[in-house]
Amino acid sequence: MLTFESALRGTGKYVMLMGRTLSRPDRWRMFYRQYVTEMFQLGYNSIGIVLIISFFIGAVICLQIKLNIQSPWMPEMVVGYTTREIMLLEFSSSIMCLILAGKVGSNIASELGTMRITQQIDALDIMGVNSANYLILPKVAGLITIMPILVTFSVASGIIGAYCTSFLGTTTVEELTVGFHYEFNQWFFWCGIIKAVVYAFIITSVSAYKGYTVVGGSVEVGKASTDAVVTSSVLILFADIFLTQILT
Amino acid sequence: MIKVEHLYKSFDDRMVLTDINATFENGRVNLIIGQSGSGKTVFMNNIVGLLTPDRGNIFYDDRDFVALSKRDKILLRREMGMIFQSAALFDSMSVLDNVMFPLNMFSDKSYEDRVKRAKECLARVNLAGTEGKFPKELSGGMQKRVAIARAIVLEPKYLFCDEPNSGLDPKTSIVIDELIQGITHEDNITTIVNTHDMNSVMGIGENIIFICEGKAEWQGSNLEIMDARNPRLEDFIFASDILRQVKEAHDAQG
Repeated sequence: MLTFESALRGTGKYVMLMGRTLSRPDRWRMFYRQYVTEMFQLGYNSIGIVLIISFFIGAVICLQIKLNIQSPWMPEMVVGYTTREIMLLEFSSSIMCLILAGKVGSNIASELGTMRITQQIDALDIMGVNSANYLILPKVAGLITIMPILVTFSVASGIIGAYCTSFLGTTTVEELTVGFHYEFNQWFFWCGIIKAVVYAFIITSVSAYKGYTVVGGSVEVGKASTDAVVTSSVLILFADIFLTQILT
Repeated sequence: MIKVEHLYKSFDDRMVLTDINATFENGRVNLIIGQSGSGKTVFMNNIVGLLTPDRGNIFYDDRDFVALSKRDKILLRREMGMIFQSAALFDSMSVLDNVMFPLNMFSDKSYEDRVKRAKECLARVNLAGTEGKFPKELSGGMQKRVAIARAIVLEPKYLFCDEPNSGLDPKTSIVIDELIQGITHEDNITTIVNTHDMNSVMGIGENIIFICEGKAEWQGSNLEIMDARNPRLEDFIFASDILRQVKEAHDAQG
């Protein structure tokens, strides 16, 4: 009962914080500056990890399918086809966002948590600045903007990874190419983009809420950082079920 | 002028401030003093609006801060400057950007004018030449001076300082005190300083409010404090042997 009550209270606080966040910026000039900075910090700095993980996962998916599913009874294109569908529909959107929830979520929560305990957020409030709007909105907008690019890079990197398995002799470039082109449905790509945009909002807003509302010291900042990752990940998984049902 | 009337504040069932009345005049350095845990930080946080009082009124000149709309509170806050105990400078910004921040948010001046004004404020706190440095590269005293520059950049009518000398050596503390006093007199600002530093009390305490167990026990100036006949105040102010001897010598002179 107590857990339910605290969850309800937390949800209420989150909604109120989002109400303050999603309002008109005090000064557009400052918003744009922060927006560009956040796109760089949250998005550009994540490109490396996205490319590396997607490359290897693409390669591993391809190998697993080749070794475990393909048989003389299966058409040759099944490896490329399945790899493409997994990358487009799940990995590059949902699983990659789970990974980013760890990297970006903990970064946001610890940054805002530290600002809270060192009174930097109080300083903004005293000046008459809408601190939630100034600090959180550029992060939300920044990651939402950059996320479709990260998804696209992830898909591309996964496919390159899959092609690279041909160097191991397990697959051939020709059979993969046939599979990658087989009954391609462009909507599946957009499904991944839409999902990723929703997840970007979840990651930034939930992590920002956890960091912004920290009370205490460094231990609490660490806890908020962990909570941000766990809560965002769980919410992404929940959202995945609903979005998959709705979009496909 | 800031006037506080019948202010009450509690957390859960614990009463922290009880029926506080106080007047803070402009052009003077007003100190809130008291032991740790006496409620002075809660008192200041109520005045600046970081906390909402349970009961009572806080008048900024003729504007009742508690009764103001959210929008009007934001506008009033732009007339305030605050120096936090930790300086609360933005880590990710240079010294110049920290000082320019309020101008960037609220001023329509050109970029050149904003830079000029920020540099003027830095020069006023003797920090000319540090514009490109970051807060982590500065000493505690320098960080406090940057915080003062940031607090005065919009020419506030009200200046709040929460333990500005916390963690500073006595010599640097005097520099900070003198800066705060100088700015208060020159710009005719209503300044409220929350402190338990006895050097500040004796040096710049033009109007002092002593808070004890959430109640305003005594109000007067640093000149009057030597003759105050309040056992709790005497116990707090003259806690050290040296100050007790000074007090005894003062009393002996009559």
